[in-house]
Amino acid sequence: MTETFLGMPATAPPGVGHLRGDEPFPVAARRALADAQLRRNVGHATSTIRARSAAVIGEVPDWPQLRAAARAIKTDTMARLPELLEQLETAVGRAGGTVHWAADAVEANRIVTDLVRAAGVDRVMKVKSMATQEIGLNEALADAGIEPVETDLAELIVQLGDDRPSHILVPAIHRNRAEIREIFLREMPGVDPALTDEPAALAAAARRHLRETFLSTRVAVSGANFAVAETGTLAVVESEGNGRMCLTLPETLITVMGIEKVVPTWRDLEVFLQLLPRASTGERMNPYTSMWTGVTPGDGPQAFHLVLLDNGRSAVLADPVGREALHCIRCSACLNVCPVYERTGGHAYGSVYPGPIGAVLSPQLTGVADNASLPYASSLCGACYDACPVLIDIPSILVHLRAQAPHPRGEAAAMAAAAYAMDHPALYAAAQRGARLSRLAGPRGRGLPPPLSGWTASRDLPEPPPQTFRQWWADR
Amino acid sequence: MSARDLVLGRLRAALAAPAPTPAETPRDYRPAGVVAADPDLLADRLTDYRATVHRCADADVARVVAEVLGGRRVVVPPGLPPHWLPPGVDVVVDDGLDAARIAAVDGVVTAAAVAVAETGTIVLDGAPDQGRRVVTLLPDVHVCVLRADQVVATVPDALARLDPRRPLTWISGPSATSDIELDRVEGVHGPRNLHVVLTGGPGGG
Repeated sequence: MTETFLGMPATAPPGVGHLRGDEPFPVAARRALADAQLRRNVGHATSTIRARSAAVIGEVPDWPQLRAAARAIKTDTMARLPELLEQLETAVGRAGGTVHWAADAVEANRIVTDLVRAAGVDRVMKVKSMATQEIGLNEALADAGIEPVETDLAELIVQLGDDRPSHILVPAIHRNRAEIREIFLREMPGVDPALTDEPAALAAAARRHLRETFLSTRVAVSGANFAVAETGTLAVVESEGNGRMCLTLPETLITVMGIEKVVPTWRDLEVFLQLLPRASTGERMNPYTSMWTGVTPGDGPQAFHLVLLDNGRSAVLADPVGREALHCIRCSACLNVCPVYERTGGHAYGSVYPGPIGAVLSPQLTGVADNASLPYASSLCGACYDACPVLIDIPSILVHLRAQAPHPRGEAAAMAAAAYAMDHPALYAAAQRGARLSRLAGPRGRGLPPPLSGWTASRDLPEPPPQTFRQWWADR
Repeated sequence: MSARDLVLGRLRAALAAPAPTPAETPRDYRPAGVVAADPDLLADRLTDYRATVHRCADADVARVVAEVLGGRRVVVPPGLPPHWLPPGVDVVVDDGLDAARIAAVDGVVTAAAVAVAETGTIVLDGAPDQGRRVVTLLPDVHVCVLRADQVVATVPDALARLDPRRPLTWISGPSATSDIELDRVEGVHGPRNLHVVLTGGPGGG
């Protein structure tokens, strides 16, 4: 019997893209906590979106049923992912599009770069896309001498400020209007020096800045919110119209999509289009949603390429507990309710996927060893699970991943010693007597001496009781 | 090995053990056809997103269009009913105009395929009375004429009426951004002004 070896599920390769931070979460978070401006900006944003979202979700009488349906559709999708992707490929091809498969970030970047070169251009316009941020496409294009122009207002602010996105939905939310005005004055050619910091004035400056780019750029790169296997239809959900510009005006459209974004049927969109805007921006519907199937003669791009990206998703799928993270529709509701995210902002997570979903998705995409601190970047309060419109049990995945994260040798030794003592009653009683004696050392609050002070630096050491249960029992 | 075979092989390996069981999706949410369409709700929701709603009889559409667009230059799709256009308005019919030409006009008048009352959404599907996607994108004023019988109640109702093979544009209010301190600003790249003319039915003609 011959069998072709097709490779085991693989994680995202290091050295390319933005899934790994430069430092562990606790280090980055400590610096973020000291930034009062950032905490104010992020706190204002999350509380505002929370209130808006709660109001419009309250209008929908069948919200619980929609969430349950979404979860079931996603579970079904993951169980049939290979078959659905093949169906999508066939449908897109039938409608005049070309499908490319990319095993990882390196391959996806090469495919897009080659397509842009084949079109004979040295500039592309981009509509905001998590997948292309994940693979570091902008850097890869720049290395190839191709200029990527971000057209989403927030992405433009991030790009001009030589900055990183800090939120899935509103990537420049860590910046306030005064900071944005300064970036525009510094980086936007020909901007009026009298520009005020009114949001309307800043948006108008971006409109003027990008108009010529929209009209003269022949290739666009987008992500996708959904792809329908049954029909080959792609959908992009947005607000500003920069998405419509990129999806309509160029000759060639290249869409990079994580393989988990496929949904089985056209009808399934009726579930997600009701959940996504209300959970995400707190709107009944976002201003613009574009849907296209292959190419339409005479209307829009006449060449369409769809790049299907794995980059670690097969490894996530291989974990029966963790695979639920692939259900995510990138609404960012979990960020906006998370007490940890609210205080640290997005940069501390080191990955393009911040917040609770990032804390489960990033370590799975990279392998837990490369993002070992992220499963701990949570208080496990469960607010993210309550908020998730597709019912991803983020706290359970966090706990599951903590068990996989490498633990310091000292901690393992302490736990082994504790287990040994608890297995031996005489030793255990002696340890309890020892703990009680430590009461004589005076009131707590000073913490333990090094190296154990690492543990007590962020935790209160419990006061040993004057009498243990075992003593109380023995005295009766 | 091709990337395609590699990715599909990895996914099949990921699902090999234990294989998840495909599950039936519960559809006990409100499906298409159970909620009555309410044009008043549509008007409220559109207004809430700062679109301007005009209610009138079909015969009065040209008058409303004249009020909105004044003497400005307008592009229209080839299949637009001619009686919707006021006499004397400066109209160019889109017969494959280039983008710069479309960007240079002030406004556009189109029909729509369907509208969702609950979300304040109009959907264009590229039919001859709605035209190519670009004509409703570049001009700053979009006047969209909608018949009351095109209004449905919910998103499932709309999807049931639409053909996925057509290019679809769902529009809920004018272009907007909330990227700066979450202050909503109308008009970034799409039309900054959306006027919906609702004809027929109660309150119309």
